[in-house]
Amino acid sequence: MIIKILGSGCKKCITLSENTQAALANLGREAQVIKVTDFAEIAAHGVMSTPALAIDDKVVSVGKVLTVGEVEKLLNA
Amino acid sequence: MELFKWLNDQLLRMDWLAWLVRVLLEDGFGLDMTSRIGASLHFFIYDVIKIFILLAVLIFSISWVQSYFPPERTRRILGGMSGFKAKLTGALLGTITPFCSCSSIPLFIGFTSSGLPLGVTFAFLISSPLVDLASVILLASIFNWSIAIAYVLIGLVLAVLGGTLIGRAKMERYVEAFVMHNPVLDIPQAELTRRDRAEFAWAQVSDIFRRVWLYVLIGVGIGAAIHNWIPADWIEALLGQDNWWSVPLATLVGVPMYADIFGTLPIAEALVAKGIGLGTALAFMMAVTALSLPSLIMLKKVVKAPLLALFFGIVAVGIVLIGYLFNAFTYLFI
Repeated sequence: MIIKILGSGCKKCITLSENTQAALANLGREAQVIKVTDFAEIAAHGVMSTPALAIDDKVVSVGKVLTVGEVEKLLNA
Repeated sequence: MELFKWLNDQLLRMDWLAWLVRVLLEDGFGLDMTSRIGASLHFFIYDVIKIFILLAVLIFSISWVQSYFPPERTRRILGGMSGFKAKLTGALLGTITPFCSCSSIPLFIGFTSSGLPLGVTFAFLISSPLVDLASVILLASIFNWSIAIAYVLIGLVLAVLGGTLIGRAKMERYVEAFVMHNPVLDIPQAELTRRDRAEFAWAQVSDIFRRVWLYVLIGVGIGAAIHNWIPADWIEALLGQDNWWSVPLATLVGVPMYADIFGTLPIAEALVAKGIGLGTALAFMMAVTALSLPSLIMLKKVVKAPLLALFFGIVAVGIVLIGYLFNAFTYLFI
């Protein structure tokens, strides 16, 4: 599984990335977490508000710093 | 009316705070308010506290409203409209989305790739930094309500006209290719609870606070210096209303600066107190907020030079015209 954190590198994106790592650890799942900071690539995902989260190239959340619990839910969905 | 005036004086102009700072400086430190040091310290302390209080309250309330209009929704609303109505709505929606130049690029790409006409996108892009609800209240606090309302109206006119002209110019080919044809994401957005909105608004306040506090201190510092240390006739000679070039000069000086309206207002306030034209001060403020080098550099990544130049030209000329207009009709406002 590949998880992408889309965002310009702001503090919110870092928090989202940390929460995602924590959620993965809680669920005992392995995934590659990539930070996407290039705005052309962010736009190519159709994202306008950052930070956004994409699981296997499918954007599942935009413009929100998800909590650990929320990421867990999305990972299980 | 009496009650409104009282509320206005105490809540918006914060006369109580001016009084409190004066008492503190006079009785606490034995400073004379008519002396230069006393007067500039008073200006500095009073303005900094006032702007920080207003900033916190205003950003919180505006972010609350803004949480109802994420960019995805704005795009949906605008997508269902066309012509003048779309541009006007774009300009109006721009007023409730105070974004920094860092988010303008994803917005621009998102709007354009979903097929919104350039005119509508630019109406939004022009109005967004120029007019926001916070600046209106702040203008009302520092100057008065008629100036604040006139500023908004004329800012909206500039956004709609600018958008229309850019739309007419058929500049689509000057948009970088990768901007077009991106997927339009439409994931259902979770309904926000009141608590979510409060959290969002609070996060915005702390975010913006961290970003602008230094600009505010610098802005008020410059304002205090202008207010008490720089001779009025210097400023008069440079930016006085008798000089036809004062407005373009103020615009030109404002462009490379990158600050937020919160940092710019105290400078404008001090300049007006020194007798420069209201229009000249507003032109400076608009140039600082609407056109800045960092945002132009950002935009350059998504549009080619001719479109960027047109955008810059229209906004700069618009600001100069607005400056002259306000100078000519100042007597209506003060």
